[in-house]
Amino acid sequence: MPVVTFSIDGEQYSATEGENILEIARDHKIHIPTLCFLDGLSTLGACRLCLVEIEGTPKLFPACTTKPTEGMVIRTNTDRLKKYRKMIVEMLASEGNHQCAVCIVNGHCELQDLAYEVGLDHVRFPYLYPDKSLDATHKDFVMDRNRCVLCTRCVRVCHEVEAAHVWDIAGRGINCEIIADMNQPWGTSPSCTSCGKCVRVCPTGALFEKGAAVGEMHKERGFVKFIVNARKKREWVRVAPEDE
Amino acid sequence: MSFLDLDERLVELAGKIDLVYSPLADVKVFPADVDVTLVEGAITNSENEEMARLIRKNSRIVIAFGDCATTGNVTAMRNSVPLADVQKRSYIDLADKNPRIPDDHINLAQLLTTAHPLHEMIKIDAWLHGCPPTADEIWFALTELLEGRMPVLPPQYMKYG
Amino acid sequence: MTIEDLRECAEKEQARQAQFTHRILYCSSAGCVSSGCDAVKAGLRKAIDELGLSKKCEMIGTGCLGLCGEGPLVFVQTDRTLYQHVDEKSARRIVEEHIGQGKRVEDYAVDLNDAFFASQKKIVLENMGRINAESIEEYIASEGYEALAKALTEMSPEDVIAEVRKSGLRGRGGAGYPTGLKWDIVRKGVADQKYIVCNADEGDPGAFMDRSVLEGDPHRVLEGMALAGYAVGATQGFVYARAEYPLAIDRLKTAIKQAERFGILGNRIFESGFNFRIDIRIGAGAFVCGEETALLRSVMGRRGRPKVRPPYPSEKGLWDKPTVINNVETFANIAPIIREGSAWFAGIGTPKSTGTKVFALAGKINRTGLVEVPMGIPLRKIIFDIGGGTPEGTEFKAAQTGGPSGGCIPKEHLDLPVDYESLPTVGSIMGSGGMIVMDSTSDMVDVAKYFMEFCMDESCGKCVPCRVGTRHIHGMLDKIVRGEATEVDFEFLKETCVMVKETSLCGLGQSAPNPVLSTIRFFEQEYTSKLISAHEFNGTGLSPLSGAKES
Repeated sequence: MPVVTFSIDGEQYSATEGENILEIARDHKIHIPTLCFLDGLSTLGACRLCLVEIEGTPKLFPACTTKPTEGMVIRTNTDRLKKYRKMIVEMLASEGNHQCAVCIVNGHCELQDLAYEVGLDHVRFPYLYPDKSLDATHKDFVMDRNRCVLCTRCVRVCHEVEAAHVWDIAGRGINCEIIADMNQPWGTSPSCTSCGKCVRVCPTGALFEKGAAVGEMHKERGFVKFIVNARKKREWVRVAPEDE
Repeated sequence: MSFLDLDERLVELAGKIDLVYSPLADVKVFPADVDVTLVEGAITNSENEEMARLIRKNSRIVIAFGDCATTGNVTAMRNSVPLADVQKRSYIDLADKNPRIPDDHINLAQLLTTAHPLHEMIKIDAWLHGCPPTADEIWFALTELLEGRMPVLPPQYMKYG
Repeated sequence: MTIEDLRECAEKEQARQAQFTHRILYCSSAGCVSSGCDAVKAGLRKAIDELGLSKKCEMIGTGCLGLCGEGPLVFVQTDRTLYQHVDEKSARRIVEEHIGQGKRVEDYAVDLNDAFFASQKKIVLENMGRINAESIEEYIASEGYEALAKALTEMSPEDVIAEVRKSGLRGRGGAGYPTGLKWDIVRKGVADQKYIVCNADEGDPGAFMDRSVLEGDPHRVLEGMALAGYAVGATQGFVYARAEYPLAIDRLKTAIKQAERFGILGNRIFESGFNFRIDIRIGAGAFVCGEETALLRSVMGRRGRPKVRPPYPSEKGLWDKPTVINNVETFANIAPIIREGSAWFAGIGTPKSTGTKVFALAGKINRTGLVEVPMGIPLRKIIFDIGGGTPEGTEFKAAQTGGPSGGCIPKEHLDLPVDYESLPTVGSIMGSGGMIVMDSTSDMVDVAKYFMEFCMDESCGKCVPCRVGTRHIHGMLDKIVRGEATEVDFEFLKETCVMVKETSLCGLGQSAPNPVLSTIRFFEQEYTSKLISAHEFNGTGLSPLSGAKES
């Protein structure tokens, strides 16, 4: 495998060709915020939080889908990137109906973590307060579209790992929504296997187990990588949650 | 109430500030020439709005205090529902007796179409989060202010919900 | 079919046409259909029959004649006379007086020496007003499929690519990527299957270039695609056309069937080893499906959402195979380049932007219509000489090129040459060819808001900046129009526009703020005059939201 040498934030690194910037950065404990990315699922480059600067071009590139080339000079934490990341979190916060105080994953939410990371003291965009629905027809789980950030992790895990493809996206733009099968109540979905993978990968409280109270729901998301590695590489190594 | 969680630090604080207005203090009119005002709650009715503007006019520094003041939080949960439906549900559908939507606007404040976080109505200088904000967070902000600095919360003090 | 058969077919058709002393062409493009050309067609037919002229005079439907605002149009090909605003009654007069008695009907005749016609240079539109849009024989008689025959019998695929490269042809969809270079990448890609895709998902408001080409001369596009297929080694092509273009789709279907019947599409074309088929895929009306990666997903039957590039379609396109994806107009340029040679094509336009560009003129302009001009022509010439300027009593204010992805060009830049390099210097783009003219009665904030509403509605929702950002930008523009925004809001609007431009995933989001940024650049005063002071709100930087006062 050919090796490429490049720099991230002024430090020299090398990696085998084909690895993306995000993987490499994580291997070297360089933190780049992400939301739609989840180890084990296909990469989308949709949330735009992991955008990085590459010297020689004014364009920004998502770390999760960009592969370094020889001599590339990458910056992951410039003022411009920090400003844009904050605006992205502001946009996410203004888009849904996020009330942390009454949310089931309060304290274990990736959107909250991002808000703290970017120093989100207030949201400058007006809140949109969309009229979203809540689907509690499934016997074990609930989908609360008010808290959905449209990262499509549920869509991908259901399609790529469980191979059931219950979830997909309907609508356009700001009206996009995650729907079950032919836009029907989740509980009536004939394709859902009730495996719960979507619930566990959801970064927010949009998908949760019935019976949990405010702040009680913990999500363990490392299982996707475990399953994918087990299937593809025949490796049966479980990553401890704190190393995720 | 979480302000009281400052416990013994309240004593230290009392030596450094004059508390000129509070829901607990028996002061009828918001005083003029206030250095710092911590405002809790979202703006949901005409009285809130009037009060917010008065506070802004009479205060050098205004701080949004808690999730409702910064994000609207639970008070804003009604915002995705039309106001008439909200009132009908509260005052008619769920009424034990005398179902009637209050319309005596001479004596009662008028509900705004939506609830607003403070910064959508008046200029805010700093924000404290949490439902409620923790005592440490409050203490950090107050000590910064007493040192003459505008508090910018480091991540460890940031906590929504 | 052999190349001899093709020549024979051309001669036979030419001989057939020579039997007639007159050929009357009525414009059968969608513009004239909507202004009533069906009645004109019936009127002409009736008059020809009743006056016993059917042996002497042939009547056919042709492609767009250009003056779309003055339709229905009728063109007497034999002595090159164009009639405008024709109805049933005047149709009869044209047949009676012009065909029957040899007298032009001056009441309806258009002066063809007018700058509208004289300043144009037709390559893509050369067959408009020349051939029947539904006849492959007429296309062949007009040098059609000669380029394909020539390529397959005399040229190697590398020669074809070299010709296209030397011609300097650049993508007419708007981005201007060199076509030959794109083909070369696909040619060099190693795969068992490659594809050619024609992007006919023309979605810009006010743009109708591709539609007109498909309606008027569909074989030209098929020929260009087949040439591309031969050049890169693809055997399958797809035309992705939007469902809103039923007439174009019909004509395309007819053309594909005819070409298959003639053996020009299918196996062993012109007795060579080259096989090529073309299928049509119909889009469901999403603007974002004009973006190439979203379009390819839609062709494959998936949700039309763009994906991050690289890999580019030329490396991994349809079903992960190397794929050429070009715009209708790009393909329409290929046959003339192969037929006439790259040097001829490169001699037209400017050194870096060769050839011609088709524009759809719309908005506050006297002559709405379809025009083709050499690249590098000054904007002033297009708007004032060809388009006849803005309506009487108003003054030209700005021209919007590139639709919702482009920018406004104000009057101080009217002498700017229209080419790929110059337009970006004033914050606009060449785009696919929509040109909307605004006059002194247009409010530029309103214009920006209109385009932003379009982008907001058409965002696919995949990436956050485009999904949420376009919504907020639209909200801020609305607030300015309502007169409720402050200077703090205005600064935040600018900041948000730059952020959406720099962080969005695909071209739609990256260019969505352009109309706002360019109107701010040239017409900032129209924004600032609508702002209110932030201090009016008790020292607050932000004004109260609308409706905050009532309950």
